[in-house]
Amino acid sequence: MRFNRHLPPRVEGDLTPMIDMTFQLIAFFMVLINFTEADQNEKVQLPASALAKPPDAPFEHPIFVQLTRDGTVILAGSEVPLSGLKPYMIREGEFLRLRKKTPSDATVVIRADEDTPTGTVQEIIQICQESKFDTYVLRAKEPDAYSGL
Amino acid sequence: MLILGFDSLSRTFVMKIRRRGGEEQKVELQMTPMIDIVFQLLVFFIMTFKIVAQEGDFNIKMPLAAPNESTPDDSLDVPVRLEILADANGNLAEQGIRLNNNLVFSDFNSLHAHIRGMMGDDAGPGSTGDVSVEMDFDYQLRYKYAIDAVTAVSGYLDANGNVVKLIDSIKFAPPQRPVAE
Repeated sequence: MRFNRHLPPRVEGDLTPMIDMTFQLIAFFMVLINFTEADQNEKVQLPASALAKPPDAPFEHPIFVQLTRDGTVILAGSEVPLSGLKPYMIREGEFLRLRKKTPSDATVVIRADEDTPTGTVQEIIQICQESKFDTYVLRAKEPDAYSGL
Repeated sequence: MLILGFDSLSRTFVMKIRRRGGEEQKVELQMTPMIDIVFQLLVFFIMTFKIVAQEGDFNIKMPLAAPNESTPDDSLDVPVRLEILADANGNLAEQGIRLNNNLVFSDFNSLHAHIRGMMGDDAGPGSTGDVSVEMDFDYQLRYKYAIDAVTAVSGYLDANGNVVKLIDSIKFAPPQRPVAE
């Protein structure tokens, strides 16, 4: 007499699609990640404008000046009161001269919070003007409705 | 003969090599460490992912005027003076948009429509190079209204989403600090 031992059927799930998907997701996030947050700050909520389109080419010598809603400025990652802007711009001007450039070759990128008084932005421009900077850009973000992903 | 397969119970990738003699050689690749690392990577990228809205720039060129210089650099420029007034909270005042001291607008859409008509935009873009605007803001006006004003005079989006420029040359007036009481 012969007995067949009934083994429970071995269930084999196929993990290949899952691994495929996971790699796809990793590739997606790797492509989209950007570490260029040095010139952005959560204390600065940019105003929205429908005309805010990313520039075609990066600026040659950008100088980022961020104005928070508390009225302080963020220069090269450190937050200082508005009075700290003048020595910083003088230093930047000297730095440009060392590199055989003039302040006119640089672009002052102003990222100001949407609720700051406009007069403060004008003061920033005035302080930069005293250091012979004359090209400015005001940065704005695209309206939320357009900002998709 | 080579047989490849995935054994999900042991999470191993099984490679069976069958030789002619019939004996089978199983080579098992451990998948667990790879899946672990892959999930770690996935979690890292998901956590660091931040949706950032696209940012754009408005150009303004403002060299410091030499003292006692009364005429603008370009004699061709037709200066347009735009004054934006604020209320006590820094919001846009009623009838707070004044163009050339004689036209008053209450919102930026009507200002934009006027600028468009003024620039004769129907003739097509490109005819707008020689007009500059100087903007004078109340000191406490919230910056978003300043950007709204710059947006209204500098251009618009056409039906295809392309930017059509109106006035390219924008200047800000010097700040007028509120008088201390």
